[in-house]
Amino acid sequence: MNQENLLVGLAGVLAAAAPIIFAVLGETFSERAGVINLSMNGTILLSAMGGFAVAYNTDNIVLGFLAGMLIGALVALVVAFASITLKQSQVAVGFVLALTCRDLSYFLGNPYMGQAGPRLQSLPIPFLSDLPIVGPLLFKQDFITYVSFIAIILAWVWIYRTRPGLMLQGIGEKPAAAFIRGANVNLMRYVYTMIGGALIGLAGPAYSLAIRAGWMGTISGLDGIGWIALSITIFGGWNPSRAAFGAYLFAFLQWLGLVLQGVFTQVPSQVLQVAPFPLMILTLLLVNIGNAEWVERTLAAMPENARKIFAKALRAMRASPPAALGVPFDTD
Amino acid sequence: MNVELKNIHKHFGKTYANKGINLAIPAGTIQGILGENGAGKSTLMKILSGFIQADSGGQIILDGKPVTIHSPADAIHVGVGMLHQDPLDFPPMRVLDNFLLGRSGGLFPNRTAVARDFSLLAEKFDFSLDPDSYVDSLTVGERQQLEIIRLLWLGARILILDEPTTGISASQKTKLFATLKILAEQGMTVIFVSHKLEDVEHLCSQVAILRAGELVGEMKPPFSTTKLVEMMFGKAVTLGERLTAEVGDAILSLNNISLEDVRLKIKDVSLDLRAGEVIGLAGLEGSGQGMFIRACSGLVRPVGGRVQLKGHDLTGKSYHTFKNAGVNFLPAARLEEGLVPGLSLTDHFVLAEQPKGIFIDRAAGEKLAEDRIKSFNIRGTPLSTVESLSGGNQQRAELALLQTPLSMILLEHPTRGLDIESVIYIWAKLKERCKQGAAIIFISSDLEEVLQYSDRVLVFFSGKVSPPIDAATTSVEQLGQLIGGKGWPEKGGSHA
Amino acid sequence: MLKGRLGAVLFQLIALVLALGFVSLILISAGASPMEAFKNMFTGSFGSMRKFAEVLVTFVPLLLVTAGLLITFSAGLWNIGVEGQIVLGAITTAGVLRVFVDSTLPPALIITLAILGGMIGGALWASLAGLLKTFGGVNEIFGGLGLNFVSTALTLYLIFGPWKRDGVASMSGTEPFPDHFSLPQVPELRISLWALGIAVVGIVFVYFILQGTYFGLKLKAVGKNFRAAYLLGIPTWQYSMYSFLICGALAGAAGAMQVTAVYHRLIPSISSGYGYLGLMVAMLINYQAIWAVPVALFFAALNIGSIQLPIVMKLDSSLAGVLQGVLVLFVLLMEGARQKFVKKA
Repeated sequence: MNQENLLVGLAGVLAAAAPIIFAVLGETFSERAGVINLSMNGTILLSAMGGFAVAYNTDNIVLGFLAGMLIGALVALVVAFASITLKQSQVAVGFVLALTCRDLSYFLGNPYMGQAGPRLQSLPIPFLSDLPIVGPLLFKQDFITYVSFIAIILAWVWIYRTRPGLMLQGIGEKPAAAFIRGANVNLMRYVYTMIGGALIGLAGPAYSLAIRAGWMGTISGLDGIGWIALSITIFGGWNPSRAAFGAYLFAFLQWLGLVLQGVFTQVPSQVLQVAPFPLMILTLLLVNIGNAEWVERTLAAMPENARKIFAKALRAMRASPPAALGVPFDTD
Repeated sequence: MNVELKNIHKHFGKTYANKGINLAIPAGTIQGILGENGAGKSTLMKILSGFIQADSGGQIILDGKPVTIHSPADAIHVGVGMLHQDPLDFPPMRVLDNFLLGRSGGLFPNRTAVARDFSLLAEKFDFSLDPDSYVDSLTVGERQQLEIIRLLWLGARILILDEPTTGISASQKTKLFATLKILAEQGMTVIFVSHKLEDVEHLCSQVAILRAGELVGEMKPPFSTTKLVEMMFGKAVTLGERLTAEVGDAILSLNNISLEDVRLKIKDVSLDLRAGEVIGLAGLEGSGQGMFIRACSGLVRPVGGRVQLKGHDLTGKSYHTFKNAGVNFLPAARLEEGLVPGLSLTDHFVLAEQPKGIFIDRAAGEKLAEDRIKSFNIRGTPLSTVESLSGGNQQRAELALLQTPLSMILLEHPTRGLDIESVIYIWAKLKERCKQGAAIIFISSDLEEVLQYSDRVLVFFSGKVSPPIDAATTSVEQLGQLIGGKGWPEKGGSHA
Repeated sequence: MLKGRLGAVLFQLIALVLALGFVSLILISAGASPMEAFKNMFTGSFGSMRKFAEVLVTFVPLLLVTAGLLITFSAGLWNIGVEGQIVLGAITTAGVLRVFVDSTLPPALIITLAILGGMIGGALWASLAGLLKTFGGVNEIFGGLGLNFVSTALTLYLIFGPWKRDGVASMSGTEPFPDHFSLPQVPELRISLWALGIAVVGIVFVYFILQGTYFGLKLKAVGKNFRAAYLLGIPTWQYSMYSFLICGALAGAAGAMQVTAVYHRLIPSISSGYGYLGLMVAMLINYQAIWAVPVALFFAALNIGSIQLPIVMKLDSSLAGVLQGVLVLFVLLMEGARQKFVKKA
């Protein structure tokens, strides 16, 4: 493979990761506030279909993206209402929505199947795109891919550098402590769940109006992406930069799968495309194993020095979810 | 700032946590609030700090002006800051972020300016806190220091501290007391909530004592420990005669066991327990007795030493091994750990019998349940789910789950929250077990109960364990002092 | 009055009305008459014996999966990996059949072995999620999802790799098995009474485990309060593992039915999404085994009835999924509303 092909391939990886990045960032915001939005898989499909339908009917691509975000925010509102106000299981409601929204997208999207609609064009940035290597890699992308770059940075800065972002961390970590610092915990949970939902909803049009333009129903190949994004959120340890790394790694491995298919012609492409999954399970195992009870008992049986070293190693690997994830907050 | 509380009431359901409390605290005072667990201290302080609201009718007056406090944010706005017993901070975040959160300002906090304020305040009180370290790497004492300067930075003029000396080191305590004295001299009002007599006597310029939700007395120095203890624990109730069963064979033998968790370390405790004997564990909550009783049941694995049951070494074995050897543990959190909400009494009794077979014998189960319900005087039917029972009946149900025969029964707060009749009833049942050859270890914060029903008592204080004390020749005052950290040998091991 | 059982029924009726109303709105927005759509779905599923037989073909795996999930839900586990467990059941069944393809053993024995193999395959796959949960601290939802993807990859690998059709490998699956490797079917209809029997045995088995055995009682105790169950002397993590194994075996049996009674080969989407649908059924019946049969039958009927829609009304058949999902959603929401209402009153 020559250098030019490689660059084009890698640039494609960055673009292919864009929707996943939106979804993972959205889920990160939601879970940081303490709400698991398990509906992601369905939300992405519904917003992909809805975004395409709106852009197709209005011939306005921007409205398409906005429609996707609105759909995402509305689905998230249902999750928030059910879990925060009605105190129902977030997992149950999210899961039902994941399936329902998927089927709803197939049903409502039926008339748009295979229609040619608007598509986001590549938007090379003057001067920057002429730079060697980084030019074709970073600056010959379409608009939404640029947005994904910026979104990672903004999300990171928001969570770790701004005052409300720090409070967001606090709300998911220890709502009571956020409350004594003046935060309206449940309102903020609504807000962040919906903002997160809007970001997840941006992932849909990022497919249907850009990377895989058009609506193809069940053969769109979008079913399953939400579940992948959910795992990447955990892999990313609720940190936007680590999550983005996960999304790029995933897109890269999938691309590698396609490339390798040329080499290992007997192995079907679908197999190589799921290669990241065993890897992901392994990662989840490493970050979670410190929580298991038998580990604790084994530690107690160790001599003092070994105990300290192992406890430290486990602590370093552990990616702890926000401590109040999924836990309703009441002041009395 | 002058603080006046007038006619404060607070009820949860049918029980009153605070009942008509009136208290005046002039500026510059270090006010002690004493009382045993559940006396209503925390509720009162949560009301003053806006975490919960009092029932209508009462008043909070600051410097002569009545104020309404609806939230902690309101409270700090009028100058009331509270340091909670479990520090309300964010462990995975940095010290500086913890410090600045809660103060309003622009989107991007000016970290340099905040860091400057932070180090100024830290220096002023001689706290060595690294603003860039993470809170979960700090000791409880350091987390307190962080909260104190945070509240001062927010403009607190009244500082409430809830059990601040639990879990901190001696040098941190000295520093804390010095800090509080400086603050009081500067005209701040400090409210110091504790049940540690020594700390209160050492620090406070006046003390109010709460018992069962009511203010039962106030005192100024010089303090009389005897009187404080009497007010805290009230007059003795008659619990009937002391019953001592015949002491039989050795049941449990602890040989230099050491335990540790994140907060506490217990070192080298030894104990021999014989059939028919009852040992009471006294101490403030979280002083190590919970970990100790769990180690006696195999739920916590000791990091050193040996545990023997009837001569068999069970060190490091699981609770189920202990259980099969005749040990039962009844935890304090009845619906969280002891019983299964959603299952009926019959289900519980059937499960506790460790049924063999495959198919449930319903008739036998219901008969068993009816028998138990009758003999343990439980108000409920075999089909009642456990969460539908009252606390006392849940406790009786838990007792009814004990297997027969047993070598050792471990109980955590077996009578907490129960009326006196239930207490007497439950202990009669337990003493019966002693006669049948069981040994009992129990935790209680009711000193009367401890002295009344134990043969020997172990007192726990911040991980230290006293030698076994003969209950027959000890008084509530003596225990109270030990619990409050008085009268401990300066150095040496804690061989029980 | 609204506090008791009657209140619960009332709130569920409201949920049903709301769900039907919501779906009607969706239909109207798609330019279709709701009444006509519902009528078509009804005739599409119960209109003829042949159609009803199709409903039963769907009902069999769905019921088996639901039965299995009732066990894991009782143990307090969200076994979302059930999809993969169906797939592995199908794969092992197909694998066993392949081994005996040239054998002279009686076909009945081979089919029995294949179904048992499928159950073992599903159980082992479920045990992976269980091990990850028990010893690795990995939540069963995420472990299960990951394993689902791996199982899909495994299917594709087999179809396009070692088990590919002579000549061309394709998405249509492996070479069909000879006819004598199929469970006997009712003449003219696609339904196998043997498969139906196995499904009924499955749900009855689960019903009795949960209602009448000490094992089931212990499982419920573990699911409702893990800590208290341990103190009561129940080996808790072992019971979690048993529940995974039983659910996996039943899901594996569903996969085996897909191979031996429906598709007669391994195809890429062999699970047909029945795993996720089973989760919905279990949620809708509030984990009560007694309701599994009617609700699973209803959901199966919706699936089959909706096949009519593209032909007759030019609507997508995914309306069935929408209706099922919206129904479960509103039941969950109304349950939340009821609890809030009761608490206030």
